Amino acid sequence: MRIFITSLSLWLATAGALPALAATTAVPTVAPGAHAYGPVSNEEAKKSTSTADHSKFKELQKDFKSGPEVTEACLSCHTEAAKQVHATQHWTWEFLNPKTNQRLGKKNVINNFCTAIPSNYEFCTACHVGYGWKDDKFDFTSEKNVDCLVCHEQTGTYKKVPGLAGHAVYKDMEFPPGSGKILKAQDLRKIAQSVGKTTRNNCGTCHFYGGGGDAVKHGDLDSSLKAPKKYLDVHMDKDGLNFSCGTCHATSGHAVPGSRYAPTAKASGKFIRGKEGGNPASCQSCHGDAPHQDNREGARLNQHAEKLACQVCHIPEYARGGRPTKMMWDWSTAGKLDKNGKPFVIKDSAGHEAYNSKKGDFRYESNVIPEYIWFNGEVEYTLRETKLDPSQVVQINRFKGSPDDGKSKVWPIKRFTGKQPYDVGHNQLVVFHTYGADDAAFWSNFDWDKALAWGMKEIGAEYSGKFAFVSTEMSWPITHMVAPKGDALSCAQCHQPGSGVGRLDKVPGLYLPGRSANPWLDRIGWTLALLTLIGVLIHGGIRIVMYKKRGSAH
Amino acid sequence: MAEKIYVFKRFERFWHWSQALLIITLLVTGFEIHGSYKFLGFKEAVNLHTNAAWTLVGLWIFAIFWHFTTGEWKQYIPTLAKVDAMIKYYTHGIFVNAPHPFRATQLRKHNPLQRLAYLGVMLFIGPLIWFTGWFYLFYDQWDEWQLDRYLSLEWVAFFHTVAAFMMLIFLIAHVYLTTAGHTPTSHLKAMITGWEEVE
Repeated sequence: MRIFITSLSLWLATAGALPALAATTAVPTVAPGAHAYGPVSNEEAKKSTSTADHSKFKELQKDFKSGPEVTEACLSCHTEAAKQVHATQHWTWEFLNPKTNQRLGKKNVINNFCTAIPSNYEFCTACHVGYGWKDDKFDFTSEKNVDCLVCHEQTGTYKKVPGLAGHAVYKDMEFPPGSGKILKAQDLRKIAQSVGKTTRNNCGTCHFYGGGGDAVKHGDLDSSLKAPKKYLDVHMDKDGLNFSCGTCHATSGHAVPGSRYAPTAKASGKFIRGKEGGNPASCQSCHGDAPHQDNREGARLNQHAEKLACQVCHIPEYARGGRPTKMMWDWSTAGKLDKNGKPFVIKDSAGHEAYNSKKGDFRYESNVIPEYIWFNGEVEYTLRETKLDPSQVVQINRFKGSPDDGKSKVWPIKRFTGKQPYDVGHNQLVVFHTYGADDAAFWSNFDWDKALAWGMKEIGAEYSGKFAFVSTEMSWPITHMVAPKGDALSCAQCHQPGSGVGRLDKVPGLYLPGRSANPWLDRIGWTLALLTLIGVLIHGGIRIVMYKKRGSAH
Repeated sequence: MAEKIYVFKRFERFWHWSQALLIITLLVTGFEIHGSYKFLGFKEAVNLHTNAAWTLVGLWIFAIFWHFTTGEWKQYIPTLAKVDAMIKYYTHGIFVNAPHPFRATQLRKHNPLQRLAYLGVMLFIGPLIWFTGWFYLFYDQWDEWQLDRYLSLEWVAFFHTVAAFMMLIFLIAHVYLTTAGHTPTSHLKAMITGWEEVE
């Protein structure tokens, strides 16, 4: 505790001076990976073909003191930009699913990674495209609090650090607190002048590090995609097509298409670019419905594409870039302290955290073979209000679909399992307070009761005061890290005759030649064939015996 | 000294042997696709199976044409006459060196059991295997042809396999019965040279 207080005072000494952070309190510590938001390659920016060089703009010849100040300069020309951003999920962290009427988005869901944002805003909103979301009173109408830089700066030096409620580093500070490492104040003038079209690095700043570290959450999005080679992603290949995220997620007016809350599971008809209503991030929007060569084999593959998402064959494995993804997170073991009463970390043989007192047990995996399911694009969440059955594995998000609803295709998914607290009295998921400079935050005090009571009070929800841990599962569609065609699945990986494991063995409603034979047909068929063979052999045997008898009789 | 007659014309022999090769190829690759064993690899098996199937379709078109233009289709008109004698021969006479009850001629080259068996192959196993095979091959057209509500791949594959087992059983019996002619090799020689030894 003494070390904590020392680091806290160090922290306050640096951070407390900042007006924008006046209300921001200490960072006892940060999640692993939080410091991985490091400088990135600037390759893409160099190739800019923009007609504007922002370093020549007089509005940007200024030593900006804070992010919002930069935004004000941006908005003086880009008058509509903030309003556009305000309309997006990047800003609202909210999504109303039109099919299920569930209110989703980071602001609302409870997942089985870091679980929930309420009561932990300052930490989580390091990935918000805004400044200052530190509690539930954030002003979502504020234009100057839109963060233009995180998506548009091209120096690779702009950092948003957990604990600053989405603000960047404006003054030198020790980070992580107590580490002795100093994060330099960022040169906002240089950063502001560097702005350009959003690159993989910009998107990756948050999307590669979801769940608290590189590759943790998605499995198909991690920092290996900053400068990938062809084997990792045929489209983003830095020496080839070199797509940015926006090449597929073709953005217009700051609205980025593509959603995992309401994914396009079956891009029906021609989804070609330029037509209304399509999802430009679907494979079909460029490749059409029948993308394979116009020959017999191509026709057969096109036929497969009627039932299988492209991703099934073309993303044979995820976490292929050398960064393992988290497959399991067990919160129930969190909070163990060493004999000095200190939190500790145990690493696995590959050097990844297998245990962290703040978070519990983990399992990481690389080159993971996905699970395959029928998916029609409808996702139903277990929300905080949803009553759950603690004797069953709770589906954080249920991917719906079936072989015969006409809307589904087989999809590869990452199945992420975990254990997390729930309210035993109400049989509901709970929000708990992980981060903050108070005596209830789990990461500083390791007291579940306090952390849970605080979190539930924060959202104004009833809490029985009794908790236990429930097993959970969460599904993630696998759609990035598209392999070159030579690395796509071969026929035998699903159709391997007889023994072994076929990729689609567990998917219902598929007849897989090579693996789905009717066992009774086989039993009867082979028996009859064998009996015929035995019959003719006996018949022939008797003929030979009789022939020999006749011969000896002569 | 046995007499020899010219039973099988050149096209017939060509048809028979190429068909034999294709059917064996189809059986070997077909049961691999079915999942019974691993031999060529699934993809190669599928390709070879498809090629052999289309080749056999082409061959059959020629064979049907040939049978009707030459009138040889009459060879397969079923008859029950002497079927009992054939059965008696196969179950008894053949063991005791009794004379073969059937004497092939150019007008009647198949014995009555052969006629029935081949007719069965052509009218039952053949259509079953062809139709299920075509449905299998044109699986992706089902919705276009509005067949998807009547067919499922599972059942198409089931009946295709049923027909394949029948063909396999036919093949086993057929190969064995080639030795059941006037002499053990007379049928085989006839199918190679066209000339059959008869008594």
